[in-house]
Amino acid sequence: MHMADALISPTVGGVLWTVSAGTIAYCSNRVKQEINDRKIPLMGVFGAFVFAAQMINFAIPATGSSGHLGGGLLLAILLGPHAAFLSIASVLMVQALFFADGGLLALGCNIINLGFFPAFIAYPWIYKRLVGRPLKPSRIFFAAVVSAVIGLQLGALGVVLQTVASGVAALPFSSFLMLMQPIHLAIGIIEGIVTAFVVLFVYRARPEILDAALRSQPIGQLPQRTIVVTFLVASFTLAGGLSWLASESPDGLEWSIAKLTGAEELPPPSSTEHVRASALQDKTAIMRDYAFPPDNENENLSAGQTAPLSTSVAGVVGGMVTLMMCAMIGLLLRKCRK
Amino acid sequence: MLAIDGSTLDFKRLDRLALQNTVIHRIDARVKVVTTIVFIICVVSFDRYTIAAMLPFLSFPIVLSVLGNLPPGYLLRKLLLVIPFALAIGLFNPLFDRQVVLRFGELNVWGGWVSCASILLRAILTASTAIILVAVTGFPAICAALQKLGMPQVFAIQLQFLYRYIFVLTDEAVRVARSRQLRSFGRRGLGLHQFGSLIGHLLLRTWERAERIHMAMLSRGFQGEFQATWGKGRLGRDDLFFISGWSALFVFFRFYNLPQFLGNLMTWRIP
Amino acid sequence: MSHHIVEARHLHHIYPDGTTALKDVSFRVHHGESVAIIGANGAGKSTLLLHLNGYLGATSGEVVVGDLTVSKKNLVDVRRTVGMVFQDPDDQLFMPTVFDDVAFGPMNMGLPKSEVERRVKDALDRVGAQNLTDRPPYHLSGGEKKRVAIASVLSMLPEILILDEPTSGLDPCARRQLMAMLRAFHHTRIITSHDLDMVMELCERTIVLHEGQVMADGPTLEIFRDESLLDRCCLEKPFAMQNCPNCSPKTIDNPAQKPLIVPHPDKPHHHSHNR
Repeated sequence: MHMADALISPTVGGVLWTVSAGTIAYCSNRVKQEINDRKIPLMGVFGAFVFAAQMINFAIPATGSSGHLGGGLLLAILLGPHAAFLSIASVLMVQALFFADGGLLALGCNIINLGFFPAFIAYPWIYKRLVGRPLKPSRIFFAAVVSAVIGLQLGALGVVLQTVASGVAALPFSSFLMLMQPIHLAIGIIEGIVTAFVVLFVYRARPEILDAALRSQPIGQLPQRTIVVTFLVASFTLAGGLSWLASESPDGLEWSIAKLTGAEELPPPSSTEHVRASALQDKTAIMRDYAFPPDNENENLSAGQTAPLSTSVAGVVGGMVTLMMCAMIGLLLRKCRK
Repeated sequence: MLAIDGSTLDFKRLDRLALQNTVIHRIDARVKVVTTIVFIICVVSFDRYTIAAMLPFLSFPIVLSVLGNLPPGYLLRKLLLVIPFALAIGLFNPLFDRQVVLRFGELNVWGGWVSCASILLRAILTASTAIILVAVTGFPAICAALQKLGMPQVFAIQLQFLYRYIFVLTDEAVRVARSRQLRSFGRRGLGLHQFGSLIGHLLLRTWERAERIHMAMLSRGFQGEFQATWGKGRLGRDDLFFISGWSALFVFFRFYNLPQFLGNLMTWRIP
Repeated sequence: MSHHIVEARHLHHIYPDGTTALKDVSFRVHHGESVAIIGANGAGKSTLLLHLNGYLGATSGEVVVGDLTVSKKNLVDVRRTVGMVFQDPDDQLFMPTVFDDVAFGPMNMGLPKSEVERRVKDALDRVGAQNLTDRPPYHLSGGEKKRVAIASVLSMLPEILILDEPTSGLDPCARRQLMAMLRAFHHTRIITSHDLDMVMELCERTIVLHEGQVMADGPTLEIFRDESLLDRCCLEKPFAMQNCPNCSPKTIDNPAQKPLIVPHPDKPHHHSHNR
């Protein structure tokens, strides 16, 4: 499944954006160094192929539903990890823009979940080891299913971790995990079988394509282990750093903008740290204005001098007015255009 | 008509919208990309219980779609397709978050419902701006903009290829799917095995096409390096006005609760 | 101007899987000639074309373009001299806009900006596609795509044009336009096609390939009159020569060819008029 902008926090989105941008830069560099410039059109056209293939459904046996190909593992098998990663990333980018599948900020998460795991974990560590040489149909089948399952399990885990870390959805970690992993086990098995059928078809029709993909080793390539370790270190450093920033203030972004605009230096209504923080929050319009759990009801009253009921009513009325204003702007502009 | 015919037509329609020439279409692509990113970051950085303070952000997609001459019905239909995904997770919120955060007289509202509505609003805001960005800029221009903003050339070029051949390959996929549909009665013929060889055929044709493209590139003097194309590099006055105006507005909306202020003004008589 | 010459000398090509695609193919095309290469599916036409611009290397034998014997070292010059228009314009037009596509060749030649722009404009003018400059290629019609594909080659100012099935997939009107355009070019032209009527109108000379071998090489009309040759090579007379009261000779707009069409009273009217 695709992560959506609506479910992530800027911190999580930012970290994964940075990590995936770094991986894209690294892979672009690698692909460029390959002697074979045939790969450039091949990657792009295969991305388009995955796109087209996703439009064709198949019936899932023993159920009434139908599914479509994910394609991450298939691309890795055909193109090798670096080119496949770029190809998957670009498919996701087109999906994010044209179908708002996922979203622009969540794109980083999706590239990692659906691109990094199949291309840099499932393919080199599972598929390649299981399939061995020379190629044999039964081993291709087995390797494809196992690696597709593992790739998708990792991707699903990524979705859970990113959602929980963002804290927009209230679903607890364990329940979400129990929801996602079994669903993706089923999806993974089917993805694996479909991938295996397609790979077997290619194996029978043009075996040299698969052979070339397995053999292609870019010159001076870093060992896979280094890539994975770098990836993990970078993610944790970034995540750690940003969450430290975030814990310093209600939100990393808010903190930095408040610093820029000097909002923190504004005279606080009271000298105590506690009220000062809540003043900042009033200013930044978080639910503090609406929320009045019993323990800080008094504080809220003293700070805002508004009765609870009127605050919520004011919020609703103000919201309606804003909506109406937005609609009016739209209608007016439309009139002006004509 | 198959569903797949519909989805490719839909895709082409969005692409054609970008060929228009309006005030918004003329703005530099880099400016639109960066402004959209600022917009999204501001929206998603709100607290999980925020609703009202997010509403002013609706002005951005509304203004852009009106000035960009985009058909509202079409945008709404596209939005309706996306929102269920975010909502599927959001609907769990009321199950787990039962803290009362709002009170209207007798009516107590759980935090879960508020955050669920907040997720819905976020989804509307972020998804609509993404679609609008493409519809007023066009994918190739977005690619070029990202490349100018530092995206590696290899990635930009293969994005270009991907995009170019989506149109060719989806047409091919539609033909294949149609011929399968016409010869498979009921669900027979739609199974995994048939799918595997159908996709396999499509894949081999794609492979051969990639080889022909490579040939066409070589025969026009391609030597492994794409030459940079010249585009307008300088930002105009309108571009600067667009980016600074909207960004300032977003920051203002983000830190100043406009609806709350308006509401307070209008309800000040209520005790 | 004798250097604008394309010559194949005893070309052999065997694919890695062992199939022989070309067997001892030799011919010589002179400056300004318009030559058709015809043959059944799988006769080796495409393989032959790919040798002429050095995409495929011959198993034995050689290709000479101008003063150059095609080899790895002079590929850049060969490809600049020999402009190749592929059968499917979708394979040839891969850039975001028509301008970028037509500019692709000149930019790879390292020309300065003003020169590239001039060449793009000239090339689009020659194919009558000036109004398409900023359009993305995927929103063009089949005929427009074909013309832009030709422009993308013309912008490199090649001396020799190679066209693979230029009229395939075009509607009758677009086909006519394209033929009129090709007739106006003064390049040396090598065209492969199954559209034998087009061949008759555009090419004075025809080479017949069959199973990788040159079966005949001579004036187009002589070849089309040799029925046993055409039968052996799975070919058929152009409709314009089948002497049908409904479609000939009025439909031929090239008056020079009229007297050459000899009636064949013994041949039944076996073709339908549903083209």
